Amino acid sequence: MLQGLSELLSEYNVLAAFWVTIKLAVAAAIGALLIGTIIAIMRVSPVAVFRSAGTAYVTLVRNTPLTLIVFFCAFGFYITLQYRIGAQNSPIDVQNFRWGVLGLAVYHAAFVAEALRSGINSVPQGQAEAARAIGLDFRQSLTNVVLPQAFRGAITPLGNVLIALIKNTTVVATIGVAEASYLMKGMIEFRPDLIYAIFIILATGFVILTLPMGILFTNLSRRLAVKR
Amino acid sequence: MSAETSVLFDAPGPRARRRHLVIAVVGSLAIIGLLALVVRALATKGQFTAAKWSPFLEPVTWTSYLLPGLRATLVAAFFSVILSMIFGILLGMGRLSQLAPVRAACGVFVEFFRAVPVLMMMLFAYYVFLFGIQISGEALPLLGVIAGLTFYNSSVIAELIRAGVGSLPNGQREAGLAIGLTPFATLRLVLLPQAITIMLPSIVSQLVVILKDSALGFLILYPELVRSGQTLASLEGNLIPTFIVIAAIFIIINYLLTRLAHYLERRLQARKRGPKVPEAQPLVSPEMAAGGALTGLGQA
Repeated sequence: MLQGLSELLSEYNVLAAFWVTIKLAVAAAIGALLIGTIIAIMRVSPVAVFRSAGTAYVTLVRNTPLTLIVFFCAFGFYITLQYRIGAQNSPIDVQNFRWGVLGLAVYHAAFVAEALRSGINSVPQGQAEAARAIGLDFRQSLTNVVLPQAFRGAITPLGNVLIALIKNTTVVATIGVAEASYLMKGMIEFRPDLIYAIFIILATGFVILTLPMGILFTNLSRRLAVKR
Repeated sequence: MSAETSVLFDAPGPRARRRHLVIAVVGSLAIIGLLALVVRALATKGQFTAAKWSPFLEPVTWTSYLLPGLRATLVAAFFSVILSMIFGILLGMGRLSQLAPVRAACGVFVEFFRAVPVLMMMLFAYYVFLFGIQISGEALPLLGVIAGLTFYNSSVIAELIRAGVGSLPNGQREAGLAIGLTPFATLRLVLLPQAITIMLPSIVSQLVVILKDSALGFLILYPELVRSGQTLASLEGNLIPTFIVIAAIFIIINYLLTRLAHYLERRLQARKRGPKVPEAQPLVSPEMAAGGALTGLGQA
């Protein structure tokens, strides 16, 4: 077993695959946070049109499998419609990576929006009432009073979204991005005799990525919790 | 919607109403413009021609591709749900056991399988069945999908059960012990039935997650809805219309399930407000627990 482990680690570049996983996760997390914040603001805005648009986005995206969204990006927009992200002449694997990131960001934005909304709901009504009483308008009371508290209240659910996102980066293996689970598939097909060692290596990689994240977010939410 | 979000703004006066109207008009124009841009882009690439969409009017498209695909998705989801419930309840009981070794073993199992991506477990199960037990034929991908989904979701359900039991008032356990039940009998007869009821909305939401994740069976060649749709699309050359139809099928089913979860939640809350059960506030807010896919490691 141990011999198998060291053999595999010297034969395959597991770290490189996990580096792709990390790059996917970071890029998609930034995108999801941006889109998700906009959707969350739309969902609490005083204008009914924005509210329904935000709700529609969340309902549609949350109920669609991530696999389908990623396919839509890679096979639909990229292969069928020939849309490219960034440089027109970049190679296929770079384009697949970018479309994968977009798919991940669009999907998780719905969950980020829900997390933020639950954070906004956790802000006591008195805070917003006080903000209005001293004459702040919607934008001011949102950016100066409610959102800073909402972000703190949303840390735990946001952390859960990030952990789910890290695990969900494996889905882009279906469009051929060479991240951890893609490597695992290849490894098992070439070395079926070492299947258990292969699974343990890659599964441990994900435990290492997600477990500290969970602890970090639990600590953060405790430290940054708004004292009431 | 309006009642809970009115936190942020007063009932608008005449000037604010006028301003909101202007913003609403501009905003709708922007949203419609964005949608129109997408539709126009699809149209100029010829995605709305009758040839691309007419296959969906022919019965053979449904009877030989979409409905068998939907059936395969539902079959995989059904078996995964049943098995996940059984193993989830057992694991949850294990985590609440009096015996420290059982508790530790179940804890490690649950934490490990919640940290590993479903797709990896599916791949692993598929290849173990293929090379290890040497299963072949049609059953192989189905078993792979079910095994992958079951490992992950039973861990999630175990956590839901544990949270549900944790949210019960302490008096329940004490009453069980006081009338002479063993700790195990107390758990089985008094605590579990209540915990499962409290967690029912979250468990139904987990159904949505299972249904969505069954689409990962694509990678191990399970002929579920997305894969059979792709087969259809490569035959008819209408990938985008097919994906739109498949997405619609998923959205409708999952939306109905979400509504069911909300309905159950409301009914339970109504019951909780009644005079009989005065204090059974769940520790895990339904909203958090409901994000089944997102039940990460942090909230344990």
